[in-house]
Amino acid sequence: MDDLLLNQFLLLGAVLFCIGVYGVIARRNAVLVLMSIELILNAVNINLVAFGAIHGSVAGAVFALFVIAIAAAEVGVGLAIVLLIYRNRKSVDLDDLAQMKG
Amino acid sequence: MVAQNIFFYAIAAGITFSAVRVVTSQNVVHAALYLVAVLGGVGAQYVLLTAEFVAATQLLVYIGAIVVLFLFGIMLTRTRIGRDQELTHRAWWSGLVTALVLFGVMAYALIDEYGWSKTPLPADTRIAHVNGSNTATVSDSVFSQYLVPFEAISVLLLAALVGAIVLARKD
Repeated sequence: MDDLLLNQFLLLGAVLFCIGVYGVIARRNAVLVLMSIELILNAVNINLVAFGAIHGSVAGAVFALFVIAIAAAEVGVGLAIVLLIYRNRKSVDLDDLAQMKG
Repeated sequence: MVAQNIFFYAIAAGITFSAVRVVTSQNVVHAALYLVAVLGGVGAQYVLLTAEFVAATQLLVYIGAIVVLFLFGIMLTRTRIGRDQELTHRAWWSGLVTALVLFGVMAYALIDEYGWSKTPLPADTRIAHVNGSNTATVSDSVFSQYLVPFEAISVLLLAALVGAIVLARKD
């Protein structure tokens, strides 16, 4: 109980990932769903950096940087889509977007 | 090393609490501000893992840019500022069951594979100090070994920028 263990970071990542999954399923507001997706991406980043540290390699840090860049792109396009939905339907409630339901 | 553990558990508790508030808060702006706490805590964990450059990028890109984008999104979609009862789905318990089952499976697999004593991080977790500092090593490998993915990410960011403008343009 005196050294940092790999498993501490992996379990923290698992907790964060599961909270994000709960948010994606349970939230109705599209902006809040995007925030939950950010939680999931951060969980993945913790795992990448922790594995990189334990293997003494920079690959983990490099790919964490790539994931951060992709998260920025994802939020930009995602919020643009949410704005477009708001402009067309005057609502960002995901329950109202069921017109493709059979 | 004990100090590192104390910091780890303190920060992890803060991250977990804030993350739960992000997905349960009935106030959209509060959820965005708790997201700042989560992102800052994750940045602190990167510092514990001696990935300082990733921590700095986390602060600049996530807290500096992405959270501001979220606040703009909240403002432009005129979500009600203040308490709102309609933010959580009626069937929220299905999400809770999914998340708990998922966490059970992942925790079982992780503890079974890595245990609590088998794999300590190297006492000096500094990543490959061949070139003096971690940031120098990261930048060297981004511009040599990982040049092709780096360029692909650049093109992707440009495409996302153009796409976001095309989508959000009014005409």
